[in-house]
Amino acid sequence: MMDADNRPFAIRHYSPAQLREALKRMYLIRRFEEGAEDSYTRGMIHGTMHLSIGQEASAMATCMELTDDDKITSNHRGHGHCIAKGADVGRMFAEFFGKETGYCHGRGGSMHIADVKTGNLGANGIVGGGLPIAVGAALSAKRLGKSDVTVCFFGDGANNEGAFHESLNIASVWKLPVIFVCENNGYGMSTSTARSTAVPHIAQRAAAYAMPGTTVDGNDFSAVSEALHIAIARARAGDGPSLVENLTYRWRGHSKSDRNRYRTKEEIEAWMAKDPIARFRAELIAHGVLDEAGADAIASQAVADVQKGIEFAKASAAPDLSEVTRYVYAEAAL
Amino acid sequence: MNVQSNPVTASDTNARVLSYAEAIREAMAIAMQADPTVILMGEDIGVYGGAFQVTLDLIDRFGPERVMDTPISELGGAGVAVGAALTGLKPIFEFQFSDFAMLAMEQIVNQAAKLRYMLGGEAAVPVVFRMPSGSGTGAAAQHSQSIEAWFGHVPGLKVLQPSTPEDAKGMLLAALADPDPVMIFEHKLLYKTKGHVPEGSYLTPIGKALVRRTGSDLTIVAGSIMLHRALEAAEKLATDGINVEVIDLRSIRPIDRDTILTSVRKTGKLLVVYEGVKAYGVGAEISAMVAESDAFDYLDAPILRLGAADAPVPYNPDLERASVPQVDTIEAAARRLVRREV
Repeated sequence: MMDADNRPFAIRHYSPAQLREALKRMYLIRRFEEGAEDSYTRGMIHGTMHLSIGQEASAMATCMELTDDDKITSNHRGHGHCIAKGADVGRMFAEFFGKETGYCHGRGGSMHIADVKTGNLGANGIVGGGLPIAVGAALSAKRLGKSDVTVCFFGDGANNEGAFHESLNIASVWKLPVIFVCENNGYGMSTSTARSTAVPHIAQRAAAYAMPGTTVDGNDFSAVSEALHIAIARARAGDGPSLVENLTYRWRGHSKSDRNRYRTKEEIEAWMAKDPIARFRAELIAHGVLDEAGADAIASQAVADVQKGIEFAKASAAPDLSEVTRYVYAEAAL
Repeated sequence: MNVQSNPVTASDTNARVLSYAEAIREAMAIAMQADPTVILMGEDIGVYGGAFQVTLDLIDRFGPERVMDTPISELGGAGVAVGAALTGLKPIFEFQFSDFAMLAMEQIVNQAAKLRYMLGGEAAVPVVFRMPSGSGTGAAAQHSQSIEAWFGHVPGLKVLQPSTPEDAKGMLLAALADPDPVMIFEHKLLYKTKGHVPEGSYLTPIGKALVRRTGSDLTIVAGSIMLHRALEAAEKLATDGINVEVIDLRSIRPIDRDTILTSVRKTGKLLVVYEGVKAYGVGAEISAMVAESDAFDYLDAPILRLGAADAPVPYNPDLERASVPQVDTIEAAARRLVRREV
């Protein structure tokens, strides 16, 4: 038997049931996004979408220790965050299909997907838009005497927005329970971090705001979960915010309009070889959390859940056209 | 500049006299006393008392955890207020000058105004933005603007402009009771003006204009400080037998269509007076509203608008005065309209 101390953090720290559920949700994210992409190609989803395929470990490991009372703010590449926080893929597909049964009753779509009941305050179409909101949610928890924390997901592009700097500063000055999670996938649309960002690692910017900053391999589930474990504990203890940078990669383009003129095939293939789901699955098998057959069963279940979700979305009713102004204001106030 | 409240508003016979700033402060204190989730945020609102002393001494009563000086970070600060409102607090965020809200347009317009809709009614953002506004202080182009119409263009926001201490208090309390984001434009020249203010808590209804003066010859729609100038002009016109009806446009969004159209049907003439730049402003909306309604058939003269000059607010005091409607220009416009010399 292996020396327990040498096992990866996640294996040591989480129960087999938790780890199996995490793998399930990572498969669910992948299959959900593939299903969304396929539905888009078939014309069942309009608009655009930003896929996070290749970034599943970052989303799931970040959310491992969050309860439904803990909040997240998400960004335009937010499907994974939503599923990792506990959303139902059927209601997500319904939203993408523009149906009344969707999480946002068909008013938000992919870019504003949210599930307030599981603490997901919503994806955001504005780069950096969620950062001050996350700090505000952390302020609420502190003022209301709750031990909840807020995790703020954003990409490398957001770290050059003023909102990033103002938010980190305020969170630090007021010692708020918020964890800033930068998913650094190397590109803000087409512009690389090397061409846009003055520091080699975004986590270095934490120093300017007197908070811990950590850069981890974002495709290593265990490394991400350990960094978040430390940051969440610090936030719950009232010691203030942290910045965690998950280095990862999106296999797909920025959005559906991306013609991939700024990345090489070799670069994409090299990252595809570092598939975070395959890596986590192998790790769980290596440490006896499950076997190949068990992992296959989990993967198959994700496929079935996604199929069921698409069927639910297809069968759902569209919003009534007379209700175009519904939800602009609270209904009781009118 | 003492305006007697219209008798239709809540008003004690023994009501005290307070300044506009004191009335706002009293509203904040009442709300904070009654509801522990109400917090104040803004630049220098604590010990300093705010640039216009509106929050003076509130930090002594409620402490720095509820009267929070923010860094000079309008985008971040306003966004923190939005996030706090989304998760259980009721923040009153003071922009030191309404002009500075331009640094926070992202959070006001893209986030606060749209979150309820984008989330299909599953979220609420009960935040109040206080917006010290307007010209007349010699502070020039970046500290004197009247940008309320900008926010009138945004579904999801409510936009108010109290003209009296009584309404300044009642509107702030109504804004706090409202589940949606509300922006209150407070004219800086009104902060020291006094008027009767009822004791205790009362709500000035959001979205209701008020006929402050009845008349039969002409309707003037004006809000905030322009209400006072319009009323003064109306008194002068009355000495020549011209009876002006003056409507206090207390709410820009939602706008009180019924009160305005009813008055226009009665008088047949409309002058809209506002301090924002004339083009694409509040007056354009009101004019179009009348033109698109049956009240158009009652008009016996063109609609007139008086707004700010097509220029930034100038520094020179005479230029500054000339750049926005004054009592004399309102009076002159009203006379031209009554004589149909337009």
